[in-house]
Amino acid sequence: MRAYSAQQPVPQFDSPAFTPLGKPLPEARVAIVTSAALHRPDQDRFAPADTSFRALDRADRDLVLGHWSPNFDHSGFQLDLNVVYPIDRLEELVAEGVIGDVAPRHFAFAGNQPETVSEVRLDTGPACAAELLADGVDVVVLTPV
Amino acid sequence: MCTLAHVFEAAGLTTVVLASMREVAERMAPPRALYCEFPLGRPLGRPDDVALQRDVLGRALALLDASETVLDTYPLVIESDETPLACAIPPRFDATLPAAVDEAQGLRAAYERSLEARSVTAVGRAIGADQVTDALGVLHQWAQGASWKENPLPGKITVAVCHDIRTYYTEAALQLATGPAPGARSVEAWFYEQTEAGKTMQAAREAIRDQGAPFPFWFYMAPGHR
Repeated sequence: MRAYSAQQPVPQFDSPAFTPLGKPLPEARVAIVTSAALHRPDQDRFAPADTSFRALDRADRDLVLGHWSPNFDHSGFQLDLNVVYPIDRLEELVAEGVIGDVAPRHFAFAGNQPETVSEVRLDTGPACAAELLADGVDVVVLTPV
Repeated sequence: MCTLAHVFEAAGLTTVVLASMREVAERMAPPRALYCEFPLGRPLGRPDDVALQRDVLGRALALLDASETVLDTYPLVIESDETPLACAIPPRFDATLPAAVDEAQGLRAAYERSLEARSVTAVGRAIGADQVTDALGVLHQWAQGASWKENPLPGKITVAVCHDIRTYYTEAALQLATGPAPGARSVEAWFYEQTEAGKTMQAAREAIRDQGAPFPFWFYMAPGHR
């Protein structure tokens, strides 16, 4: 899979933004955004090449990994969701004062996207960013599967 | 992930990516990325290894101090373990049934224990646990040469049905196996190499390929390397 993906075309970003963290980490609110297609059982499942996202509440732990690829391991997530979605680790970092707060909501996309990723770039990605900003998020940790 | 990093930074958020593909991260150049050479599907390293997960996260968050684009590499490499999980398969119970159907029935109690323990299951993309045996019965017929068009699969979408069967087995196996958390690909190897369901699924996959089924219908029924 690594060798295959190394040859795949990727979108190019000409003048990428770089947003420095404007406050100390112990005052920052941190969210996780994952491409593991995680969802609660009561939420809509991800379709193949789904460009939408699901919001996960801070307290959610009973989650389904809805990614369509048969090519990567799902057993790690079934044993411990933190191996994909380190939500308990973030809670520990808050308790220790390393980060300021855990965001009230976290977000999941599906990783298997069309190669231009245009809908995520132009539509659902910015929509997700607006949700994060509305929740007062400063830092986003992005996790793949 | 790298795409979202660029989109989020443009919106005014500060991001750090746990990258699983070095070449992709190099070419897409998200503002801050930590490349971790871990098995795909385990971006934080190992399940139940709190110290490792904490260290990965700590190194990623340390990149927030960088004043320009940075791609760091986590110093530990974790290889996939392809040794089949040590998990006993139920003995044959009803010899009149195809072996895979009999086996799946025998694993039902372990699957139910998993559901009770985790209160969630990933089975259900196309079929529920109650349909696993029927679906395996049809896959068995395909493997024996029956027409895939004239013998429809419960749940219809081959890739989703195979996901559900494999997940039913995985969830059951993780209840039955003892010892430390299995490495990546260990449960996969057990399923495809040691269970009747895995063998039936691969035989059905080859059979419908030979019958001319469209590529996406059969190819994604199993990992690409199998």
